[in-house]
Amino acid sequence: MRTNIDRHRNIIDFAISSMLRRKAKNLSLALLYTLIIFVTASLILFVQALRKEAATLLADAPDIVVQRLMAGRHDLIPTSYGEKLAGIRGITAVTPRLWGYYYDPVFGANYTLVARDGDGTGPEKIAIGQGVARSQRISGGDMLTLRSATGTPLLLTVARLLPEESELVSSDLLLLSTADFRTMFDFPAGVATDLAVTVSNQRELATIAGKIAALLPDTRPILKSEILRTYESIFDWRGGMMVVILSVAVIAFVIFAWDKASGLSAEERREIGILKSIGWETGDILLLKFWEGVAISLTAFLVGVILAYLHVFLFSAPLFTQALKGWGVLYPRFRLVPHVDPYQLTILFFLTVLPYTVATIVPSWLAATVDADTAMRS
Amino acid sequence: MLQHPAIIALVGASLLVCAMVLYAGGYGVRILKRWDLQSGSEEQLGLERRTYLISVILGYALIFQVMSFFLFITTADTLHPLFVGAMCAAGSLNANGFGYPVLLLKTVNCLLAGAWLIVNRVDARGYDYPLIRPKYTLLLVLALLVTVETVTQIAYFSGLHADVITSCCGSLFSADRRDIAGELAGAPVRQTMLFFGLSLAACGVSGARFLARGKGDALFALLGSVFFITAVVAIVSFISLYFYELPSHHCPFCILQKEYGHVGYLLYGTLLGGEIAALGVGFLAPFKTVPSMRMIIPPTQKRLVRAALLLFAIFSAAVALRIVTTPFTLGVFD
Repeated sequence: MRTNIDRHRNIIDFAISSMLRRKAKNLSLALLYTLIIFVTASLILFVQALRKEAATLLADAPDIVVQRLMAGRHDLIPTSYGEKLAGIRGITAVTPRLWGYYYDPVFGANYTLVARDGDGTGPEKIAIGQGVARSQRISGGDMLTLRSATGTPLLLTVARLLPEESELVSSDLLLLSTADFRTMFDFPAGVATDLAVTVSNQRELATIAGKIAALLPDTRPILKSEILRTYESIFDWRGGMMVVILSVAVIAFVIFAWDKASGLSAEERREIGILKSIGWETGDILLLKFWEGVAISLTAFLVGVILAYLHVFLFSAPLFTQALKGWGVLYPRFRLVPHVDPYQLTILFFLTVLPYTVATIVPSWLAATVDADTAMRS
Repeated sequence: MLQHPAIIALVGASLLVCAMVLYAGGYGVRILKRWDLQSGSEEQLGLERRTYLISVILGYALIFQVMSFFLFITTADTLHPLFVGAMCAAGSLNANGFGYPVLLLKTVNCLLAGAWLIVNRVDARGYDYPLIRPKYTLLLVLALLVTVETVTQIAYFSGLHADVITSCCGSLFSADRRDIAGELAGAPVRQTMLFFGLSLAACGVSGARFLARGKGDALFALLGSVFFITAVVAIVSFISLYFYELPSHHCPFCILQKEYGHVGYLLYGTLLGGEIAALGVGFLAPFKTVPSMRMIIPPTQKRLVRAALLLFAIFSAAVALRIVTTPFTLGVFD
């Protein structure tokens, strides 16, 4: 056992010193390798962080949202529907929700308006998101003017700013009182945008959704799990697309690695020849090549993952933001919650280290089976 | 086909491993046909060199195979929110008919690749390559199985379709859709427990007998495999229940998760390792009378038996420890 460990240790020593003797060749390889791992790792970490963010946000979403459909389009729902729904066993609460969008032509931004009484709002008093405050350069106590549906301006006082922690969802949000909301959009009485349904037993969700659809055929119930699932598939799809695009780069790198590994310099061939003539066996040289591969892969993997971690969680992934996050004028400023798990690292290993290793197997075998005398003579 | 990065990684890895094993298998056929140790021809020398390449390839293939086994289960588990009614990996694997066959093939391929490497290691120590023919025949079987696994895995992933919201109807209706049973029915607890204990004891006794008298290696391999299968059944039947502390949760995959301290990796790792060693003992058994192997195979087999017994013991100790320490009871020992 002891001698076996010593053998490996000696071979590792030799591998590292022989790699250091050929700095330029190995450095260029390690740099490219690190770059490939960095890009792939950033992508995987970023998509995972977004997915986690979405799941955390949706944890507070209503169990079921009931929307009314009119000619296949989302329409306002009568609040009387809510009373019918409350009669279904298992539903603990039905809350009519009033919300809508407002396009601000001056700032070219879309706001989301939600009616919520209390919570800092009141007659002509509103709460606004950080993104709105930033773009309009206003803060608590200032006035905000919206153009109502009837064409008259609606003057509102900013009672408070929504906290920064919730910026991912509240950046473009305006909270105002129900009365103001109705004035703003000239919203008819007795209807709401949709109904939020709370269910006490999560296992009954599907049955209750079925009952809702049977009771009110002109509505569609949307479950929280469906929203979550749809987000998951979108993130998977986007992440997968990027991986497919990146795989071209990985293939190019693998070809490069193959070329580097099979193009032995005369000096390297002589070195292997000398090793063999002083008693190294083919198996030892293969082990040497294996440890060289491990050293370079491990270095590239660690450095690449650390750089990707900094890129995604410290600098909010500037390389991918545009492609993966979507866009908006009032884009929220937020930092992703750092999260790395072994699962992501294994995927990364499979996408990068595995192809590299496979590409170097045959070249290292070719190097290891060279005849001592031909190697030294060349 | 779902475009999850893990799926791309798994399919890519499978294709690479498959290509490697097929490449090795191609040379395996040539070795089986042309191998002639007496000849000093260039071809024979070339083939002798190739054997190094093939063992390196298989070594890597085994590592990748074991990793992809666990990555596959974890991925199936990560994908479960995409399917209506799936609660964990058990549900995702059931989403189409290929899920469980892929898992089975992955297990078998891990075991065979491990056993192949044991045979290979022993063979390399004999001066006349005495196991070259059985070894390369086994390699061809492995190449075939890995190819089937790759194809089945692609079929499984391309048959997965997420139940997402569509703009026309918005909702689901899981009622219309076949529900994916996320729950596996377990074998009866008492009988399984009894059988589990008996097969462990039988395995231990036959191992001790072999270590003491050098007899019954094939029997040990057989009993080791029986224990392996019994242990898997036992995980579904009662072991998982003790880890979840739930009398109805039979899932063999959730124990891999963080909530249960990743204990599944210990359980499956020791089981796979023990079974590889036991299979190695069995594969080597017919060749211990070959002249060049007489001094090599019996000590190797002893080491393998010790390794298998140790790994199976760790597995059983982990299970027993949990059964004893958890306040949860199935009423069997009351």
